[in-house]
Amino acid sequence: MNAQCPVCDGMVTIAPDTIESEIIQCPECSAHLVVERIEGSHAVLTEAPKVEEDWGE
Amino acid sequence: MITIGLLHSTIRGDEKLILEAAKKRNVLVELIDIRRSIYSEAQPTQRVDVALERSVSTVKGLYAAHYYESKNIPVVNSTAVATICEDKFLTSLALAKANVPTIPFGMAFTVSELESLIKSIGGYPVVVKPPEGSWGRLLAKINDVDALEAVIEHKDVLGTPSHKAFYVQKYIQKKQGRDIRAFVINGHTICAIYRNSPHWITNTARGGVASNCVVDRALETICKNASHAVGGGILAMDVVETKDGYVINEINHTMEFKNSEIPTKVSISGHIVDYCLQIVQAQ
Repeated sequence: MNAQCPVCDGMVTIAPDTIESEIIQCPECSAHLVVERIEGSHAVLTEAPKVEEDWGE
Repeated sequence: MITIGLLHSTIRGDEKLILEAAKKRNVLVELIDIRRSIYSEAQPTQRVDVALERSVSTVKGLYAAHYYESKNIPVVNSTAVATICEDKFLTSLALAKANVPTIPFGMAFTVSELESLIKSIGGYPVVVKPPEGSWGRLLAKINDVDALEAVIEHKDVLGTPSHKAFYVQKYIQKKQGRDIRAFVINGHTICAIYRNSPHWITNTARGGVASNCVVDRALETICKNASHAVGGGILAMDVVETKDGYVINEINHTMEFKNSEIPTKVSISGHIVDYCLQIVQAQ
């Protein structure tokens, strides 16, 4: 499955075991992307949120 | 069949490892995206046997955990543990109360009181940290009063309310530029890594390099006592080696571990799933 990178418009290949909400990386621009939805053979990608004040352990 | 409700925001490599470990154990995992959840009495609750809180956001994760606990669903880690561990000052207080060796610390709200506090813990250098937050962000190593005044003025003007409560630790020179992250489940240290960095902040999120650390009896003991001090559960402890032995620096309650399974050869994700199953069986 392929989807368009929302940052650079490049083509991102989505692995078959990818699940919704997973973070992946665009091979062209290296942006971190979130797989928001998978609908059949179509995936919707958004740019991953940046670090927030209370993030991470 | 037991079902674990995985409370998540974005799915990181850590959550993928947990899913894989659960699959190997024939345990069902219900993925519950807290960003798409509504926590209200009017909403039906997803029935799961145990909720595993893995939100990236501490605040959102804690509210989700409170909701599930209110529905009598056990949460790993419990809100009691999370409330202590999300706050560095509360963690330090809990460790001190239980006589667990930790870095000299304190909190104050003005520069003049901070100066007195710093004298009382041995003088400069010190580290000023936001009480909440992680990944080594917004830490400041303060070498003298000039730097203290500058940092505090910036925090006072630019910071949010929690950044105006100044948590201070004595600066500890790390042995060989490294510290230890110990993975502790139910009081037992399952494995540990060294985090080496030429920078004084050694978080792997900041470029620290992980390698295996053999768990000796002293490390096992301090981690067991620290776990008991904050209420147990699944914890990652940042430990510093000093000439007087190990001291606990911080304790994390929703740890990242994906970079630690390979150097330690321990399935941390498998231990996490097993602990969730134990919690259900103990109900």
